Amino acid sequence: MSSLLSNGEAGGARASWHSGTMLEVRDLSVDYIMERGTVRAVQDVSFDVAPGEFVGIVGESGCGKSTLLFAIAQLLAPPAGISAGSVTFRGQNLVGLTDRQLSAVRWLNLSVVMQSAMNALNPVTAIGAQFRDAMRAHGVASKQEIAKRSAEVLRMVGIDPVHLKSYPHQLSGGMRQRAMIAMAMLFTPDLVIMDEPTSALDVVAQRSLMVQIKELQEQLGFAVIFVTHDMSLVRHFSDRLMVMYAGQVAELGTTRQIFREPLHPYTSGLMEAFPSIKGPRVPLTGIPGSPPNLANPPDGCRFAERCPKVMDRCLTTDVPLYSVDGELVRCLLHEAGKGEL
Amino acid sequence: MTDQQTEQQTAGVTDAPLLRTDKLSRHFRIGSGLQRKTLHAVDDIDISIGHREIVALAGESGSGKSTIARLLARIYRPTSGEIYFQGRPLSSFRSRKDTLGYRSDVPMVFQDPFSSINPVFRVSHGVMRSLKLHRPELSAEQRRAEAERVFTAVGLAPAGEALQRFPHELSGGQRQRVGFAQALAMRPKLILADEPVSMLDVSIRIGLLNLMAQLRDEQGVSVLYITHDIASARYVADRLIVMYAGNIAEQGPVEEVLANPKHPYTQLLLSAVPDPRADLNVTATTDRGEPPRVIDPTPGCRFRWRCPLAIDICHTTTPQLVQLAPSHDAACHVAQSGAEVKAF
Repeated sequence: MSSLLSNGEAGGARASWHSGTMLEVRDLSVDYIMERGTVRAVQDVSFDVAPGEFVGIVGESGCGKSTLLFAIAQLLAPPAGISAGSVTFRGQNLVGLTDRQLSAVRWLNLSVVMQSAMNALNPVTAIGAQFRDAMRAHGVASKQEIAKRSAEVLRMVGIDPVHLKSYPHQLSGGMRQRAMIAMAMLFTPDLVIMDEPTSALDVVAQRSLMVQIKELQEQLGFAVIFVTHDMSLVRHFSDRLMVMYAGQVAELGTTRQIFREPLHPYTSGLMEAFPSIKGPRVPLTGIPGSPPNLANPPDGCRFAERCPKVMDRCLTTDVPLYSVDGELVRCLLHEAGKGEL
Repeated sequence: MTDQQTEQQTAGVTDAPLLRTDKLSRHFRIGSGLQRKTLHAVDDIDISIGHREIVALAGESGSGKSTIARLLARIYRPTSGEIYFQGRPLSSFRSRKDTLGYRSDVPMVFQDPFSSINPVFRVSHGVMRSLKLHRPELSAEQRRAEAERVFTAVGLAPAGEALQRFPHELSGGQRQRVGFAQALAMRPKLILADEPVSMLDVSIRIGLLNLMAQLRDEQGVSVLYITHDIASARYVADRLIVMYAGNIAEQGPVEEVLANPKHPYTQLLLSAVPDPRADLNVTATTDRGEPPRVIDPTPGCRFRWRCPLAIDICHTTTPQLVQLAPSHDAACHVAQSGAEVKAF
């Protein structure tokens, strides 16, 4: 199984994205080591991120998308750990580095914005003090410089710098998320990893934040890995999309292409799962059932049980990633030579 | 909301609403001493919910929609105003029999399926308990049969097996179905569903929405569906009420409101819904979605600070709901002046 992702077809398809890669994730697997056995939450995931690129990762709860982010940022804590693969960031493999070595990368070149800003920000210190701590930890000692940069990044995300003196509870949910993003911008990183930063927000605040992230990205040129369970959210913002299911990559391709013609039945299911506010009201079904238990994954395709297009072979054959017109898809319907759906 | 006197007298007749509110308000006092202020969570709300009707109550965080659910569930007492259920004012419900009766007629399903079910008991526990309490006439055997019936009705089959599960053995979607089964066991007339799908994955939300429609169609239950997701409101609801800062901004048949939104806030909400099938709408990027000020509000439209169309009167007079199209009301001075509203 472990060699399937790096087979010729997939490797060839990846190569086309290679020019100027900033982040290379190769055959990354993450295990949770539990009393009752090992759960492989992320299995053989490979993908690249180019400078300035916006990559969306979508999937249901428990598909491994957050675990994958934590693995990339080297933030996993026991019982989770990377069991195989590499994460190469600007030419350096981050897997196995010590905390001290990692701190030369974290915040400076790679920063992380978590799902819940209320929990990620320290509730008992002012925003400005938290900015100061991050800057001091990375060797910025001058008070003026800290004050200047803190005000600068807050302005960048559209918050009045007077809020450097505010505590997290004095800000609205949208402002807290903006403050988190401002903090991630302190050292103008090359890569910002975001884990559902808008999930606690209203639609209006959510759209505004997404537009802001995109504007900052265009202005400063950093790359983004953006995890969400809502495909419609990243439709207009991401360059490429990775759909995960049960710890594996189900489909990987350009956002435009995936929305135009999803290859994996799971991707089609996700796209048809949300109602629209325009057009006729049509009955939807969603995706019945729930993802498999990864402590005891099924043989064959992991989506087979819920798949509307399941075939007998799906239940027994381990499905590799196939390359179809530059996209990768893990589905026997796209086996080489079998053509399209 | 039309003719209140006759409505009370003809309560029980089919075209009278199942539940309605009359100038319902709930304020919260915050601070103390000289700092004392009043937060107007819900102000002078008149809503009605008919028989076999799904009414969606939509709005952003802090608009007062959950406060309304809690008022209707009698978790909060109104600061002023009254709630009428089948024509009877709730303030007249004093006996334990009345209270129990109302709770079984109008149960609530909560947002978080992970904390609303007791984790140390099998899921049958909650259903059995409410059956024992609300339908004491049933024998142990009948309770069992009834529990299986409601579990089957919400799509937890085989029911006998599902009843024996512990909450941790169920997915979020299944747990939320248990919540609906518990509500259904009381033979309710109206289910108050406070953001029942917002904690669930996109892929299984539809199943729950379909379940609500099915309960309406097959069991004749009305649902107050509280949500911030307009698209899901459109999918399942008959009527839509849009709230802003404790007031109703607009209400009407869901298709009519979405096709012809009259209130600038409704237009803003609609413009912000991510629609993968359409191009990105960035005309309203200057609006950051900041919550409204509802602490000691002054007269005037509460949306005026964010409204690009605000005129003088919006700063001085609170707009009232006025019918602008058949059963379609909006509280907007500009729309009521006859001008075309195209804010976002």
